[in-house]
Amino acid sequence: MLLNQFLLLSAVLFGIGVYGVLARRNGVLVLMSIELILNAVNINLVSFAAFREAVPGEVFALFVVAVAAAEVGVGLAMVLLLYRNRRNIDLTEIDLMRG
Amino acid sequence: MSVVVLCAALPGLDPLTGSEVLVAQNVAFAVIGLTMVAAALRMVTTTNVVHAALYLVIVLAGAAGLFILLGAEFVAVTQVLVYIGAIVVLFLFGIMLTRGSYGTDEDVGRERHLMAALVGVLVLGVTAGSLVDTFRDAELARSAPSTAAQIGDSIFGQYIVPFEAISVLLLAALIGAVVVARSD
Repeated sequence: MLLNQFLLLSAVLFGIGVYGVLARRNGVLVLMSIELILNAVNINLVSFAAFREAVPGEVFALFVVAVAAAEVGVGLAMVLLLYRNRRNIDLTEIDLMRG
Repeated sequence: MSVVVLCAALPGLDPLTGSEVLVAQNVAFAVIGLTMVAAALRMVTTTNVVHAALYLVIVLAGAAGLFILLGAEFVAVTQVLVYIGAIVVLFLFGIMLTRGSYGTDEDVGRERHLMAALVGVLVLGVTAGSLVDTFRDAELARSAPSTAAQIGDSIFGQYIVPFEAISVLLLAALIGAVVVARSD
């Protein structure tokens, strides 16, 4: 197997995730797209770990999983608060701090 | 377009690569990769939030399959346990508590989608170009899969400080989520 086939697949997923973050208005869907991006990064880390035959890449992939879990917890709490205050979770309508 | 890039990256189709070609692994990679890309595309385009969460499950399971293919068993198991077992359930709870907010993406401007797609394609193009240029035909070494014991030694030896930092971060995120979402 080539290293590049994994890296290119990860790049494709990253691009799709970037599109999702930018195009979506629903807060939960934006968080899901961020998960897609983090997952693409994880594939990169594990591919390089296999390429270099070194363990640290996998260790950092595990760290990324933990950080993603923390991020989703806080992010969903914020979306929940948003819903409670405004009755919808459309991110384009949050313009309180617009100059 | 992405399919073309992936097919071009498959070495099994190229008789000039010379070195041993692992047909079964490449077929598995092609199946998993195409499934992941299709599910990811559906995830960012569907208007049904619950369906998006289920497509996310397919992508995450595909990533776990790729980790197995790369010989990272422990990461694959953690992926299934933490991502599919916990994070997706968290997402489903989030969807349930916000009543889905169906159809909020219906009236989004065409220009916005176009610009987002442009940015995504540009990110993909730049990344893919530099990757192909750098790792043109670098082969993955065929080594034994890394064991959980190796990863444990690494985490609790060399990376003990980042591990403790992650622990504190998780605790802080837990408390923060409770404080933010508490209704008082």
